Amino acid sequence: MSFLPYAVAAWLFGVGLYGVVTSRNLIHLVVCLTVVQSSTYVLLLAIGYVGAGKAPIFADIPQGTTVVDPVVQALTLTDVVVEAAVVALLLALVMQAHKRFGTLDPDELGVMRA
Amino acid sequence: MNHLAPLAVVVPLIAAGLLAGTASIASRLFADLVSVATAVATTVLCAILLARSGHHEVVYWFGGWHPRGEVALGIGFAIDPLGAGLATFVGAIMCAALLFSWRHLEAISHVYHALMLVFMAGMVGFCLTGDLFNLFVFFELLSVAAYALVGYRVDRRAPLEGSLNFAITNSLGGFIVLTGIALLYGRTGALNMAQIGETLAHQHTDGLMVVAFTLLVSGFFIKAAVVPFHFWLADAYSVAPTPVCAVLSAVMSELGLYAVVRIWWSCFHGALGGHEEALRMILVVAGVVTALVPAVLSFAQTHLKRMLAYATISYIGLFLIGVGLLSHDGLGGTAVYLVGDGFVKATLFICVGVIQHRKGHVDEYRLRGACRDLPYTGAVFVLAGLALASLPPFGTFLGKSLVEDAAVKQGFGWVIPVFVIASAVTGGAILRSAGRVFLGLGPPGESNPSFELDEQEDTETRGEASRSRTPGVLFVPAVLLLGAALAVGLVPGLPQAALRGAAVLQDRASYVAAVIHGAAGVVPHLPAPKSPNALDYLYGGLSTVAALVLAGFALFHEQWPGLLPSVVVSRAGAALWAVRRLNSGRVGDYVAWIAVGVTAFGAAFALTML
Repeated sequence: MSFLPYAVAAWLFGVGLYGVVTSRNLIHLVVCLTVVQSSTYVLLLAIGYVGAGKAPIFADIPQGTTVVDPVVQALTLTDVVVEAAVVALLLALVMQAHKRFGTLDPDELGVMRA
Repeated sequence: MNHLAPLAVVVPLIAAGLLAGTASIASRLFADLVSVATAVATTVLCAILLARSGHHEVVYWFGGWHPRGEVALGIGFAIDPLGAGLATFVGAIMCAALLFSWRHLEAISHVYHALMLVFMAGMVGFCLTGDLFNLFVFFELLSVAAYALVGYRVDRRAPLEGSLNFAITNSLGGFIVLTGIALLYGRTGALNMAQIGETLAHQHTDGLMVVAFTLLVSGFFIKAAVVPFHFWLADAYSVAPTPVCAVLSAVMSELGLYAVVRIWWSCFHGALGGHEEALRMILVVAGVVTALVPAVLSFAQTHLKRMLAYATISYIGLFLIGVGLLSHDGLGGTAVYLVGDGFVKATLFICVGVIQHRKGHVDEYRLRGACRDLPYTGAVFVLAGLALASLPPFGTFLGKSLVEDAAVKQGFGWVIPVFVIASAVTGGAILRSAGRVFLGLGPPGESNPSFELDEQEDTETRGEASRSRTPGVLFVPAVLLLGAALAVGLVPGLPQAALRGAAVLQDRASYVAAVIHGAAGVVPHLPAPKSPNALDYLYGGLSTVAALVLAGFALFHEQWPGLLPSVVVSRAGAALWAVRRLNSGRVGDYVAWIAVGVTAFGAAFALTML
């Protein structure tokens, strides 16, 4: 089992988080959020990976073949769907910000103080 | 008949789909009727489940995927009294909020009702599920509906920004939770919480387990708005439509704490139970900070919704202390406290909604004396403010005295002043604003000029003609909710039932037996909790009097200039302003605080558990 996928997942989480913290553009910020999310895909798939395992499509393979864990793949798919809903909503909000207030800078949009 | 269990989630989802699908042809009245009827039906279903779960856990496997050979692969609901009780409470608050929406929000479409029902389905599912990944899915479902509801008036700056901050921080919370779930799955190969707990119990504690625990707890603390994850809450709750605020404040934040309680007792208690002392201290300290700092910030607000938002965070801190005691009387007392307080918070938000309906804005200074013509709303508002300050015999008083008893039993008697101070300060803020708004007391003042919320909020309700009087459907929910808050404090047997529910939730062996083996659990026999004694009444009276004194001081202190040395006043003002500036409105700052918070909780858990 390689250590690499876990390092990639941690790296994606870290850079995505850095991007969210420092972003000055709302679209960039939402994309950074999806980078954080991508780390969970990598992590899930890495956890379910079995060396030399086949894809878990049981119709095509003889019984007893080693396959990778299908559960994490189902989780990843669900995760992708959830993420699509969240990103669509966020981008819709960002579009409203641009259309109505002419800005994509979270600081310029800001009215919340204290 | 466990087949009722999925209906509690499916019914609101189907109704939401119906409303969204018929949006272009059906009338507004249809949407109101369908949504209120659905909320009532869901509440009844949850109440039936609550009654059933009193004997043993109600377990339902979707698609008939029962556990085979002690391995649970299917997705199941595992319903115990506390979860079912919380789901019932969600339904009750939702009924009141939808009834209130009937007239309060005139310029809305069916999408609003559909979103409210999806929101309810997500919350109910969250309370009933026994599967960790399913918990995450419901977490995201209810969150996405809540983001859309907070940003419903997307044509204005404040709701747009509040919704963005809410969505970004809480989505990040979801990812953190999911990372924790992935690590836990890698470790145990299970997603069913009973199965995870059973597998972990036979393993020794290591770094991976502590990291997974940290991620799960921190992710749910973001939803619960525990300091330092709390910044998004004030931005979101002060701009959401009022009925949405009532639901968010009364139940949604509290669900984060419920999730932490659930995963601790069902998943981790077997493995990390030996470190209970350390965890208790960490949670109680986090609760004390979360209770005190936002209470002071609440007192500093003049925007009524924002004041209630900070009061919500402060109460989350008190609940965290209660559940952090990690005992059945702490958890059961918190359940009573949570329900009592939820009814009070919803009452307060609805009173603010009535003010907004009649006067068009909700800033305390701008409203000075403007609501003299609303005596009944004023009376309900003041009573709810006193209830927030733990006036006996409201549910808040009963819950507070139960949690305080539990704290003394665990050797945490020093948290009692925290309960008194937090409830006095948040209640005092409400009473001060009531004095100014309904009676015109105190000096006139300027609202914070850098805070431009109220100018943008004045058209939530439309039509000047409807403003001359308060429609019954606006006022009646407030009275009903206040009555419910009073009933929580008076119904005999409620504390006993809550404590028994807490003991069932904390009994991992019987949970595993019910979920994995399908065995009927044993209902624990507990001694009846003692009813509040003289000391409890003293504390309740003390916080009520302190709230009145604080409100009076805030309103009249300028008439006695020598009461406090001016240097103290200016220093305190400067310190307060520094704390307030932390809530900068920049989502990047909030996310940085989240990173700090996760690291701090992780370090605390690692140092004490490894």
